[in-house]
Order: sequence, then C-alpha cells, then structure tokens
Amino acid sequence: MVLPPIMQSCSNIQISDDVKSYLDHFEVNASMLQKVIATAMSKGGDYADLFFEHNISNSLGLEDGKVNRAYSNIDYGVGIRVLKGDQTGFAYSESVAINDMINAARMAASIANNAGDFDSKETTEKIPADYYRISRKWEDVSVGEKVPYVQKINDNVFRLDEKVVKVNVSLNDETAYVLFYNSEGRLSYDYRPLVSFQVGCTMNRDGQIENSYTGRSFRKGFEWVTDELTDELAREAIDRTNILFDATKPRAGEMPVVMGAGGSGILLHEAIGHTFEADFNRKGTSIFSDKMGKKVAENFVNIIDDGTLLNNRGSINIDDEGNEVRKTYLVKDGILNSYIHDRISSNHYGIESTGNGRRQSFRYVPLPRMRSTYMEVGPHTREEIIENVNYGVYVDTFSNGQVQIGAGDFTFFVKSGYLIENGKLTQPIKDINIIGNGPRALADITMAASDYLIDNSTWMCGKGGQSVPVTCGLPTVLVKKLTVGGMNS
Amino acid sequence: MTKEEKYTHAKWAMNYALGKGSQEVKVSIFDSTSSRVEVREEKIEKLEQANQNGLSIRLLVDNKFSSHSTNRLANKKELERFINEAIAGTKFLSEDEYRKLPDPELYYKGGGEELKTYDAGFREIDPQSKIDMVFAVEKEVVGKDERIISVTASYFDGMSSQVMVTSNGFEGDSENTYYGLNASVSVKGGDARPQANWGESSLFYENLKTESVGKTALDRALKKIGQGKIESGKMTMIVENRTAGQLLSPLISALYGSAIQQKNSFLIDKLGQKVASEKLTIIDDPFIVSGRGSTLFDSEGLATKKRMVFDKGVLREYYIDTYYGRKLNMEPNSGSTTNLVFESGDKDLEGLIASVERGILVTGFNGGNSNGSTGDFSFGIDGFLIGKGRIVRPVSEMNITGNMKQLWMDLAEVGTDVYEASSRRTPSLLFNNVDFSGI
Repeated sequence: MVLPPIMQSCSNIQISDDVKSYLDHFEVNASMLQKVIATAMSKGGDYADLFFEHNISNSLGLEDGKVNRAYSNIDYGVGIRVLKGDQTGFAYSESVAINDMINAARMAASIANNAGDFDSKETTEKIPADYYRISRKWEDVSVGEKVPYVQKINDNVFRLDEKVVKVNVSLNDETAYVLFYNSEGRLSYDYRPLVSFQVGCTMNRDGQIENSYTGRSFRKGFEWVTDELTDELAREAIDRTNILFDATKPRAGEMPVVMGAGGSGILLHEAIGHTFEADFNRKGTSIFSDKMGKKVAENFVNIIDDGTLLNNRGSINIDDEGNEVRKTYLVKDGILNSYIHDRISSNHYGIESTGNGRRQSFRYVPLPRMRSTYMEVGPHTREEIIENVNYGVYVDTFSNGQVQIGAGDFTFFVKSGYLIENGKLTQPIKDINIIGNGPRALADITMAASDYLIDNSTWMCGKGGQSVPVTCGLPTVLVKKLTVGGMNS
Repeated sequence: MTKEEKYTHAKWAMNYALGKGSQEVKVSIFDSTSSRVEVREEKIEKLEQANQNGLSIRLLVDNKFSSHSTNRLANKKELERFINEAIAGTKFLSEDEYRKLPDPELYYKGGGEELKTYDAGFREIDPQSKIDMVFAVEKEVVGKDERIISVTASYFDGMSSQVMVTSNGFEGDSENTYYGLNASVSVKGGDARPQANWGESSLFYENLKTESVGKTALDRALKKIGQGKIESGKMTMIVENRTAGQLLSPLISALYGSAIQQKNSFLIDKLGQKVASEKLTIIDDPFIVSGRGSTLFDSEGLATKKRMVFDKGVLREYYIDTYYGRKLNMEPNSGSTTNLVFESGDKDLEGLIASVERGILVTGFNGGNSNGSTGDFSFGIDGFLIGKGRIVRPVSEMNITGNMKQLWMDLAEVGTDVYEASSRRTPSLLFNNVDFSGI
C-alpha cells in the first residue's frame, strides 16, 4: 500500500484544544486517522468515515422497597465505513491500535474493487452545536448520591396510595464520547449525556391487579434529579395505575380517534416518520415513495423532525456522519416537503443531508433515523375536538408502536384513554391496539388544537436491529377514522 | 482468546474481585465474530464484518449485588480499576438477603449429550461461496414478475464462544455457530407496496437450505396484493407456525419467577390447575440435537432438565431461578426456557385451513402488546380470510383483542408443521372465537 504524500505534512494541522482532548481520549492523532482513511479508500471507495465511541452507562434499580441492584457497562471502539455509490463496506474494531484499525479499514475497503488513488484532504474541524448543556457530568456522580432519589420515589408511591403492592424504579445514565473523521477531512466530536428515570407501580384493589409506569428522559446532567422530579414521577405512576381499575374495552372496529396532546406523537412516528425515511424511498419500498411535493394532509398540518431541541432525548450536536443537525419540515402546510436523510440517501437525491444519519453505536452503520418528531399547533381547541365525536376513543398513554413501510399499516398500543360518547369523555379504556394506514391517517387528521406538547418519556426507536433514543409530540388532534381493537357484541 | 485463555482471564478477574472485598463472584467472558452480505440490484449493497469480545462480572459485596460488563478486557490494570470501582459503588446499595450464587449441587458438572450447536468448519468457509449464495437468492426473484419494485437478499453468519466461572465452583463453556439467508421483496399493488420476507437458517453451513428463499418471499409478497380490512367479528383464527411465537411469549412470560414474585403474571398460584385447552401440551427439552435453544446449563450454571410445562392444559412448572426461588420460597429449577416442544395434532396447515368454515389465517403481527398482570392483549395482524376451507383474499389493518387466559382455553387444534428454526418450536395453531377488529 502506498500512502499519499500528504501524510508527511499532517503534523501542521491546526486543531482546537477541544478536538485535541477527544484525540487524546481515544489515544489517536490526526496522522493515524489519515492513515486509516487512506487504507479505507485504497480500493477506490468514494467516501470513508471513522466513528470512535466510548460509552459508559450505569443503572440503579429498586425492587421490593430497596435500591438493591446496580449495573454498569463500558463499550469502546471505532466503526469504519466505506461508501461506493449506494454500496457500503463496514467493519469495526474494539481496539484503536493502528494495526487493528488498519485491518478493519481493509475489510471495509473491499466493497470497492479498483486500485484507487486517494489524496488526503485538508483537515477541517467542524465545531458541534451545543444542544445539551449540563452542569454535573454523570461520570462525576457516585452511586451514593443517586440512591436517595431512587428510594424516595418508592417511598412516595407507597405513601400516596394504600393499594400499592409493588414498585420498581430505575435510574439510568449514559455518557458517550464521540470522535468523527472522514475522507473529506472533516474532524468533529460530541459529548452525549443521556438520563432516564423509570417508575413502575402495581396495585391491588380487592384482588384486581393493575400496573402501569411512567418515565422521563433528557440529555441532562445530575442537576436534573431533584425532589420535585421524584414527587412528580411518583404522583404520575399512581394516577396512571389508578385509572385502570374501572377501565373497559371499546367496541371493535373503525371509529374517530382523538389523540391527546404529547405522547400521541407516536402517531407521527409510526404513521409518517418511518415511511419518510429516505432509504426506503430511494428503493421505492415506502408507501410515500412518489408523494414528494404532493398534498398529503389538511393545510394546517405541519410536521417536523427536529434534532435541535435543547436537552431533548432525541437531539444530537452533530449527527453520526459528522453533519449538522437541523429542524426539518417533513410536511409543510399539508404538502410533503422533505424525507429524512442520511449521506447515502441525500447523495442519491442530490440534496444536502438533513442530519438524520444515526447509529446505535460504533458497531452499526448509520441509517436515516428520526430525532424528535412533532406537529405544530392547529386552529381548533381540545374541547371542540372532543365535542365533535359521537362515539370514539380519546387516547393519551402508549407503550409501543410499529409500521409496515410498504403497506403503510401502522399500529400503536394504548395503555390507557377514555371512551368518547356524545361529545364527552366517559369511561376509561385500557390495553388496546389501534391500527391504521399512514397516508389515509395523515389525510384524516381533520382537526388540531393549539396545545402542542413534546412528550419526554423514554422513547426508543428500533430499525434494522438498531435502537436510538427519540421523542415525539403532538397537539390534541382528531383522526377521523382508525381501526380500534375491542370486543364484538 | 482461546478457551483456555478465557478461563485463565476469567479466573484472574474472579480472584481479583474476591481479594478486593467481594464475597461471591461470577465472571463470563465471550468473543464472537459475525459477517453479513446484502445484495440489491445485482450488486453488493452492504458488506459487514464484526469481531467483538466482552467480560461481565456479577458481585456480591457485603450482601449487596451488582453486575458490570466491559469490552476493554485486554489491559489488566484497566480491568483492576474497573473492578475496584464496581466494588466501591456496590457498597452504597441496600443489602439483599436473597442474592446468593446457586446451590453447587444444582450446577452442571460436565458430560451429557452432544448437542451439536457448533460448526467447527466456520472459519474455513470461502467468502466467495457466501456471496454466490446471496446472488442466487436474488436471482430467484429478479425479472420474475413485473410488479416487483425491490429485492434485497442477504446472507449472515456468526460464531460465539463463552466461558463462565463462579466462586463456588462452577466452570462451563459453550460454542455456537449460525448461518442464515434472507430475502425481502416489495411489490406494487395499487397504492400499497406490500413487502414479504422469507428466511432460512441453520447451525451448520452444510445444512443451510438455499433454494426457494427468494421465490418464497416473492410468492408471499404477491399474495398480499389487494390486502385490506374486513368487517369486525368473532372468528376462528389460525396462526401460521412462524408467527405463533408472538402469542406464546406472553404465556411463557407469565411463568417466570420474577413475574410471579412481582405480581406481573396472570398465572400466579396456578400450578397443577387447568389453565389452557386440553390441546396444549408443551415440553421444555434442552437436549434436542442442533435445537436452537439446546444447552446443558443455563445462565446461572444450573444443569438443564427435560420437563413438562403444560400437560393437556394443566400447568406443571414455573421457571424459577435462584434469586426469585429464594424470594418465593420455591425450589429453583432454572429460570429460562430452552426448546419448547408442542405435542402435535394431526393436520398440517392446509388441513387446518380446510377445516375452517369462516376465519382468518394470521401470517404476520403488526405491533400490539399484552398486559403481564392481567393477560389482556391486543395485536395488529395481517393474513388471509378463509371461507369454506379455502383462502379467499388477503387481509390487513386489523386487530385481535382479548385475554390470554381465554385465548389458550380456546385453542382447538395444534398443527403438525413445527417451525424448527426457533427455540420456540411452534406449529400452526387454531383458536376459536377470537375478536377481530376491522371495519
């Protein structure tokens, strides 16, 4: 292998102290990065990138009244990717020793099979955005400092309601150091904190057992964990469980569905978000594949995928391909405005990436992924929307959802909600699946209120065997018709 | 690392933790390698190679429990720091009197049947032959129908090897390999672009079925064209063998010690009682040769046993691990499933379909969930309407809703067509009186 001449001059690269600290963290220098990239490009690839990641995660758990379990994990390595058109070669190494990285780069390079000339590009530093300022890093917080808050939630839940029989609490924190370098010379980095609190509650009322849960997640530091937060979570876990005792199931079939503000954003995530991911669209396999620029919803519908919300679980300072993260209008004034892009798909369409290239870790290739997906306010009020429904359901608490990209059929599972009868919320409902078809559901959003809310629960999005943290949000909306799981008379 | 090196390293870490104030320790070390080739439009779309390793250590320090893992295991100084920090953190927790390593009497102590879960030829396979195989899968589809939009074919394989040691005398190791082929086909049908996948897998390269993977995916995609919902109603449901695991999972989850002790099971206090139809007999058999769930010991080191779980609808055993066994005051019998084997009926899928006057054959699930405490479930489905013993039309965008306790009481037929590529060896199952939501 012949290394390009630029290698001799790389010691002259000007880099900031910030990026220097990341190079030091991974015990690499600019010349090593260039050498690995040169190997990755040696077979004639169009593009190559290196994604270094050091991830430290901790979890504290409470069961049967005591904080009696702790878990931790360290994951460390570098993913090396080579692109040739739409083709990808990928390998990773858990060691950043130069020889191990070179071996992985050779493997990734083999996606291309010409002998290529590669001229190293001048290194340019891409300064990441600053969407998650924190004051206390999780690495500096001892187990002893976290324990009292976990315990306090348990004690609060038991104190608030004598029907409580079991409480489970977990506090999970994660810190990732990321260093990025590519064949265009772009050098960048990110420090990604992530925390979530989860509370599960089980109650017994005269032999009837019900359980529910609540949670919160942000890219915040330990300063986020307060007595107020633990009080709020305890209260919420109680309320969400209590409502289930008198809950029923609706009748089976098609009916209007009012989606409460907040977590109902799962509708956008499943019905629209995944089918807008441009890898599916470039292959023609999404039901939205030929709908760009077309009217897909009422004029008041504006749907956004946003990676820039401050401290949001779905935000990232740079995406996992070193690109700037944006606020992207997927639907603007009812018209399909943009797909969700990574590098491969944006090159395919000849546009700039929307900064949605994300990966679970260095072990995976980036894919077009959502961040925070929400809808802006509409012209109606919540009361008007509910009054509009003769028989239907109001839903506001969810556990999971799914979509078939090509058929467009999406589902979400409703943990709880209410029946709507004659324009009023009546009996609670629980544990039903709702299913619909993406394009039809989008067109069927006939009313939207002004009470837009982002839901900061611990949303995790799965695709192609990879999970990434996301959030979603929605004002109260009316979907004219969806199929509701229920009972037949 | 060789197996011997893994043992040496694991024992070193265990002894180090014991020397630093941990009273009980379990250490596992694994390494694995995997590869994947994806083909689309007659060229390689993705080529992936992965090698990984990891160490996990479970500690009991002054009756306080924690568990830690890292992929940074080469440097002993760094591992020492990792273990020291883990021990220091553990001391802040509450004591847990129920945490103990298993009774050594229950450990697997070597020997046993040859389970054939490892293909020693793994590293000798020519990479080109893997690539040729994927292109052959794609070729079964390309140009075969004008409605085809996209075909993705993939090959994947992997091997892993692990050792486990505990401070009260367990030592065990295992090695596994797997190989698989998959095809995903999208077709145009009206506005929708139905997609179907089909895959084959094997623990041995020579046993990997390569033919018809692409063709089957194409056939299944084409059959979906025109799918849509029908009227809501109570109907007979047949669930195809490959997808029946989705309904079995909530039933099995209700049997775990953790679920019972945490009141997250709808089968609490039901041992010895009839909880399902007489058609339901399931044996947990760890010793099936090349079974996907075959193993001589579980994740705690307990020797596995063949056991009856459901006997003509009567619940015979829970899955109790050491920790929840102590909490529940029940004997531990291994807290995880191995291979779940159904007692078959006398009809294959075609026979089951022929027996149905009106019903739905479910070939795929789309989301949904089941409430662990109550057994209430609701799942999205797609499949085919059956009328007078024949497939009438494809259906989709429908839900099934009910309660697990009633559903399994309504199990009316168990097929003969066992799906062997899963540790849950489900045949097709026929249930009566299922609530379908559609129009």
